[in-house]
Amino acid sequence: MSVLVVAELDGGAVAKASLAAITAAGQLGGDVDLLVMGSGVDGSAAGKVAGVRKVLVADAAHLAHPSAEDAAALLVQLAPAYDHLVAASTSFGKNVMPRAAALLDIAQVSDVIEVLGPDRFKRFIYAGNALATVVSTDAKRVLTIRPTAFAPAAAEGGSASVEPVDLPAPSDLSSFVGQEVSQSERPELTSARVVVSGGRGMGSGENFKLLDELADVLGAAVGASRAAVDAGFVPNDFQVGQTGKIVAPDLYVAVGISGAIQHLAGMKDSKVIVAINKDEEAPMFQVADYGLVGDLFKLIPELTQELKRAKSS
Amino acid sequence: MKVLVPVKRVVDYNVKIRVKADRSGVDIANVKMSMNPFDEIACEQAIRLKEAGVATEIIAVSAGEPKAQETLRTALAMGADRAILIESTDELQPLAVAKLLAAIVKKEDPQLVLMGKQAIDDDSNQTGQMLAALLGWPQATFVSRLTVADGQAEAGREVDEGIQTIAVKLPAVLTVDLRLNEPRYASLPNIMKAKKKPLDVVKPADLGVDVAPRLQYVQVEEPSARKAGVKVGSVQELVQKLKTEAGVL
Repeated sequence: MSVLVVAELDGGAVAKASLAAITAAGQLGGDVDLLVMGSGVDGSAAGKVAGVRKVLVADAAHLAHPSAEDAAALLVQLAPAYDHLVAASTSFGKNVMPRAAALLDIAQVSDVIEVLGPDRFKRFIYAGNALATVVSTDAKRVLTIRPTAFAPAAAEGGSASVEPVDLPAPSDLSSFVGQEVSQSERPELTSARVVVSGGRGMGSGENFKLLDELADVLGAAVGASRAAVDAGFVPNDFQVGQTGKIVAPDLYVAVGISGAIQHLAGMKDSKVIVAINKDEEAPMFQVADYGLVGDLFKLIPELTQELKRAKSS
Repeated sequence: MKVLVPVKRVVDYNVKIRVKADRSGVDIANVKMSMNPFDEIACEQAIRLKEAGVATEIIAVSAGEPKAQETLRTALAMGADRAILIESTDELQPLAVAKLLAAIVKKEDPQLVLMGKQAIDDDSNQTGQMLAALLGWPQATFVSRLTVADGQAEAGREVDEGIQTIAVKLPAVLTVDLRLNEPRYASLPNIMKAKKKPLDVVKPADLGVDVAPRLQYVQVEEPSARKAGVKVGSVQELVQKLKTEAGVL
């Protein structure tokens, strides 16, 4: 038995989401190999991840921003040596893995939150409102795993061998044009230890400055509900929820968010949830560990000050 | 240019679903069903392409039980020209649906398939990518901006880091994300007109596709609920509790 994990790199290091996928892969049983793709990449960081047998390096100019076509073709080429192909359910994993699965005639299991055995998994359906146990009857399995459901593997401590792979011919069907990366000094939303999110109650994009100040004190990422995104307050990559990002920080502070089902689906696995809302009937209070009812425009600056004071004392 | 728009009939997004007591699945008897919201966006985009003179014909296609005809009629009322139902009462999983759609594509020869990025029932997010793979076509997933011209589509994709723009050669499969457009409501006259638009029915066997499920959903349960928390009276009390009780500061 062996497992191939598609490992995404983040500034040379293995991305946190992929470290979580490596943990999930370890629970399948068998050896765990990693595949890293890119232009000018090496496998040195990936080779240090604990529990990894071998790192396969696909280094080529056309893989600088790997297309689904090229990435899936490479996975198909490597698949004969593996029982499982695994990736985190990031936008990259979600794009590539189903394409590889179909080429291999395998039914993928998406967004796995628990590994019960090599062929048996748990995953949410209906926006997190039901939890299904799924058994795969295919001879090989293709999985994406929800990164927040697995602890990241240790980035140090391993000593895997690193080897280059032969690449299939590049596809000319798709080409990279550009990428607008959201600029932020803050931690990334899906990996932040603390997340402060605003909803329609924020009233405007301008008012999100209040959350920025609070986030600065907490070292937090800033998120938003779909309502706030739809209202144009903040860009879509802020969106937490079923149709946005799934987060599970140690602390989630929901400000002016009523708590629609689709938002809860994206954050209800947070360890501690704080809700601040003027409407005491807001459904968010039903999932919050601590609720504070009142005017956020008064409470948020107060909270920022209080946290500053608590920090310095 | 023909555009194919696959649409799925799902439990309406406003319905709070209930898990069956015997844990065999989700109770969808007598609940409101609607077109998958992401597919509505795909349908809208196809109509806009036609209005812009880029698309010439829009074919809506669905796979599922006979009642999926209602979903197809909705697509026709929005502005699709004709519809195909791949009728089956079997459980149809993403790989099987992708194979069915691939068979339809081979018959109809569209230049573009526009579909939702995922269905809000099984949340798999697979069918579009699988269809592109089976056809050997390029894919652009999670599309929130789109221009189609000169034999290619330039698509802005919602990725974790922001927006990625790629160009794909036609024919291609595009899966759409929420911000691409705001779907229109069908007007009453258009709903009436839609009843007269052609709707063909085929069976998976006619298409030579084996739809047997590869995944067994052996159990469906209620997720564990969070226990209700407490309301605090002040910011000071909140910070105190976060520090001492929750230990997250």
